[in-house]
Amino acid sequence: MDLILEGIKKAFWLLVTFDPEVFSITLLSLQISGSATLISLFFGISVGTTVALTRFRGRRIAVSLINTGMGLPPVVVGLFVTIFLWRNGPLGFFEMLYTPTAMILAQTVIATPIVMGITLAAMQQLPAKLRLQILALGATRLQMVWILIKEARLPLLAAVMAGFGGVISEVGASIMVGGNIKGYSRVLTTATVMETSRGNFDVAIALGIILLLFAYLINLILTHVQQRERAR
Amino acid sequence: MNNDSSNILEINDIKVKRAGALLVDIPSLQVERGEILSLIGPNGAGKTTLLLTLCCLPKPTTGEISFRGQKIGSDVSVFEYRRNLAMVFQEPLLFNTTVFKNVASGLTIRGMEKDQIRRIVKESLERFGISHLGERSARTLSGGEAQRTSLARAFAIRPEILFLDEPFAALDPPTREALIEDLQAVLQDTHTTTIFATHDRAEALRLSDRIGVMNDGSILQIGAPEEVMNHPMNEFVANFVGVETILRGKVIRKDEGSFVTMVSDHEIEAVGDVKLGESVVLCIRPENVTLSTASRSETTSARNVFRGRITKITPLGFFQKIQLNCGFSLVAYVTRHSVDELSLGEGKDVNASFKATAIHVVRKREK
Repeated sequence: MDLILEGIKKAFWLLVTFDPEVFSITLLSLQISGSATLISLFFGISVGTTVALTRFRGRRIAVSLINTGMGLPPVVVGLFVTIFLWRNGPLGFFEMLYTPTAMILAQTVIATPIVMGITLAAMQQLPAKLRLQILALGATRLQMVWILIKEARLPLLAAVMAGFGGVISEVGASIMVGGNIKGYSRVLTTATVMETSRGNFDVAIALGIILLLFAYLINLILTHVQQRERAR
Repeated sequence: MNNDSSNILEINDIKVKRAGALLVDIPSLQVERGEILSLIGPNGAGKTTLLLTLCCLPKPTTGEISFRGQKIGSDVSVFEYRRNLAMVFQEPLLFNTTVFKNVASGLTIRGMEKDQIRRIVKESLERFGISHLGERSARTLSGGEAQRTSLARAFAIRPEILFLDEPFAALDPPTREALIEDLQAVLQDTHTTTIFATHDRAEALRLSDRIGVMNDGSILQIGAPEEVMNHPMNEFVANFVGVETILRGKVIRKDEGSFVTMVSDHEIEAVGDVKLGESVVLCIRPENVTLSTASRSETTSARNVFRGRITKITPLGFFQKIQLNCGFSLVAYVTRHSVDELSLGEGKDVNASFKATAIHVVRKREK
């Protein structure tokens, strides 16, 4: 019990004094996961929308693949990204392994299907005739897609949150492709793993609290926006 | 731009096929500028598919549609054509934003300036009596308010052709009545060419200049409402449009509660609240028409007694359907017994009478 209390006390101290190392780790986490989420939004929303709005051969297979992708194990993603970026691998010439860029790449691979799957579901939930109504109002195809995306904004916000939440708490891929290098590719999750294994519970708890705070913050924003929309 | 003919829309042999099935097959159809054409028919007759096809959503599988004499797809692009249209569906299909922004959406899509949008939207909201709802979220509207918003959105873009797909079908009767009345006024005011799909013949009768009866993707009969209703070309049309005699005329005199309508030089008395000089449609059910062979002087409580000649007798089970020419056409049902008793036959002159209270009055939009 003392161990935990002592850990929480020290963790609190680290947080309120803005400990430079904890601070830089947090910042890097946000940068990497934020970038990965942004990139995944681009691919996820565009592909998700396209699959939702078009009919093509093999569409069912595509949909099931996307849905499977939503539960992609980060360790598997880490494994394949590592293989691709390995010195002799297909993308070895980029020399990207054990860099933050590699971590962004791996996290993008994890977040994209999540965003894509939620986008697909959100777009399919809109009434089928809404597209016709928008076109009948004189919209171009691009305007139509944009209006539909705006109509699906609430579930799309959930997609953003789910994507970000998925990658910021993910550890397997980050440690494999980032290497947990101090001051370079060390993020909240990889640092927590390392500090815990070293027995530095105070630092580990501090990092854990920060992660929990993020999780809470994400849900707070989401709930707030959803409730506001409903109340109108 | 303008074509010599007054036709705003011309359809030439369009067919819509989906998954091998022929959904719509219209050899020819012309829509005049400013007219209101109703398409009536049962569910699944192809009304919605035809409406969507006329909007090129999507284009027909084969055939041509011309807008103001220009072929769509070659002389004018589908996109440019669509910018002249508006469509209102059975579901209001509003966007998840305020009523104001919903009504503005067609104009925003066209990149119109904010001041202009505000002016037009305000006007359109007023037309449909929903100015007070401008800032409300579309999600919180009642069914009637939502459909008004949808209509206001359609009229805001000042369409050349308005397509209405059963816009009142989901509304309760009082709401529907109020909305039809307002739409009637707006159509009268704007002279918007309108193609209106409905399965409610009373709605069609009330709003339209022409009625087309659809079944299995084809238009079986098309013409003036009286023409289609009084002279259905086959059994399907007859069953669908009902069996009443439909007469159109102008109110020439009016008393407390009752009024007199001039119908092809004959005065017909009916009951209802109408305006003097207004166009009305009178519907008379055949079982309410009584025939007699006695001379005119015989007293009857019926106000409307007309001398007419029997043009056709059709047996219908227990009844005989008698078609008469009284200067206007009239249909009566009589029992077989009466036919024998009065020795009715084609070419024979009889007196036809019906009570003023037996007439169903439909107030007609002014052309």
